[in-house]
Amino acid sequence: MSRIQTVFTALKASNKKALIPYITAGDPHPNHTVNLMHTLVKTGADMIELGVPFSDPMADGPVIQRASERALVHKVGLTTVLQMVTEFRQTDDKTPVILMGYANPIEAMGIEKFTRFSKMAGIDGVITVDYPPEECKEFISQLQANCMDSIFLLSPTTDSARVDLIVNQASGFLYYVSLKGVTGSANLDIEEVKSRVADIRHKTKLPIGVGFGVKDSITAKNVAAFADAVVVGSRMVQAIENSNDDNLVENVSQLMMELRHAIDA
Amino acid sequence: MQVYDMPDQRGHFGQFGGIFVAETLVEALEELRVMYEKYRYDEAFLAEFAYDLKHFVGRPSPVYHAKRWSDNVGGAQIYLKREDLNHTGAHKVNNTIGQALLAKRMGKPRVIAETGAGQHGVATATIAARLGLECVVYMGSEDVKRQAPNVFRMKLLGATVVPVESGSRTLKDALNEAMRDWVTNIENTFYIIGTVAGPHPYPMMVRDFQSVVGVESKIQMQEMIGRQPDVVVACVGGGSNAMGIFYPYIDVPNVRLIGVEAAGHGMETGMHAAPLTANSPIGVLHGNRTYLMQDTDGNIIETHSVSAGLDYPGVGPEHAWLKDIKRAEYVAITDDEAMAAFHGLCRTEGIIPALESSHALAHAEKMAKTMGKDEIILVNLSGRGDKDINTVAKLANITL
Repeated sequence: MSRIQTVFTALKASNKKALIPYITAGDPHPNHTVNLMHTLVKTGADMIELGVPFSDPMADGPVIQRASERALVHKVGLTTVLQMVTEFRQTDDKTPVILMGYANPIEAMGIEKFTRFSKMAGIDGVITVDYPPEECKEFISQLQANCMDSIFLLSPTTDSARVDLIVNQASGFLYYVSLKGVTGSANLDIEEVKSRVADIRHKTKLPIGVGFGVKDSITAKNVAAFADAVVVGSRMVQAIENSNDDNLVENVSQLMMELRHAIDA
Repeated sequence: MQVYDMPDQRGHFGQFGGIFVAETLVEALEELRVMYEKYRYDEAFLAEFAYDLKHFVGRPSPVYHAKRWSDNVGGAQIYLKREDLNHTGAHKVNNTIGQALLAKRMGKPRVIAETGAGQHGVATATIAARLGLECVVYMGSEDVKRQAPNVFRMKLLGATVVPVESGSRTLKDALNEAMRDWVTNIENTFYIIGTVAGPHPYPMMVRDFQSVVGVESKIQMQEMIGRQPDVVVACVGGGSNAMGIFYPYIDVPNVRLIGVEAAGHGMETGMHAAPLTANSPIGVLHGNRTYLMQDTDGNIIETHSVSAGLDYPGVGPEHAWLKDIKRAEYVAITDDEAMAAFHGLCRTEGIIPALESSHALAHAEKMAKTMGKDEIILVNLSGRGDKDINTVAKLANITL
């Protein structure tokens, strides 16, 4: 069983939901990333979504774009990100790590090399924002060959036929984008998200995570009531942005514990 | 006989093009693709488009024999396709009218656009004013400074201009920001992309709307000299004016097609905007696969050109394809060479060309010198240079 599957199975057995925080690798400084990843795990993360910095993050809002810019000042590229994960894995071989990013850094490295190195580093799944399933067949098969999950986004505008197409290509879990817009933009409509997630459940046995727009504990709690996983991105990055070297770990820990508490309550 | 038939159903030109976007945009692009397929050959739609091109834009734009300049240069005869004479001063308006008419038919009351030099923004604001559509234009804050007169023109036309402060604060960042707006306001908004880039169907649709340039040229050259030119030259940033004039010539044998990129400070300095000439790696940006200026980590690098309209790290996927199949050739012209051609045309022909078009002129000048007096070069003079007078004055240390 993959690490992602193991986590979902265990959570289900104890009737709990997954909390998946997102951070951008290298933000606020590459020295912090591995330590921050361990902090996230200690304070309640079931999995970690690790962003690969990119110069042109079109699907992200200003908060996550600034995180990319901070990381790129220190030239944090895909190779560096994989080194960070390798270091993280030296003391944590349980927590799934999911890479989230854009197609171009992966293509620049080469798909074959990327999948091989990711496997070696201990990556469990990959979300490539601008790789719709029709354009990445080779990529999906390379991930499968290396036992990593290809995690796809579903959006409020994805029609029923397309949901079928996507769930057939996806593994690990499905990521439902809870609003029309970029990461961290508006407030989400819980009832609408709930009914969409219910529709998707009819088509797949894969766990369903919800993200883009989970801004506070209350939203996290409401989402956890019907989703299998809650992804918190922009809010997490905001906490990082508003911290300095001295209170970074403390601020991130506090936010994590609030979210964990809300989801478990 | 038209045998060239690109792109495929999902917008691929060989390995280039395609639809590389976040899931949130897929449905909107599908809606656009279906609507465009519906109206692409629709007689009423095409008639309305043709009417506007004639009565609102002033088409057909003339082809002009730049005889004095040709004589000065010495060699081939240079003809200019006068897109600078269009309403709003450049080829951009051909495309914005086509897309705005489509937006109207799709019932979208709001249009957005990205702009570099400001020509596409002005052309979008113009047609939005005429059709009564709300208009928001995204423009890199660096370009807002470089192109102040165009910013004011857009505002006069009732558009909202949003300066983009992220990334390199130029065209590519404006495009990112416009995409973000579109994802967020997908129900009421039509995104008018200004060049032959972006996800399918944009590269094909923009090419189709711009191909009026080449269609007219073929008729006009036949009328003027009884034959087609030996060479067609056009500047390439994203590549819409070049695709517009190249496309009807793709199946015409013995007509060389040459795209001119911006070599900026010089190809050897790395400070340029010429991904085709530099043989940049292939990558994915703004919804399509193409040649891209990037570092080894796959991050997009900053481009350099005296002309804001050519300051783009990628290039339309169809140009990438035409380069690979060797149907078109791509070269690059430096800032200095473009400036020299700019002044040359001003002084000998009484035409102030856009700095973008000056790159095409500079290459035509280079080529003409090596050709015979009976040979013909047709240059797409894609825009007029009024918008550039501040830039040109600044280069000469003159305060206006």
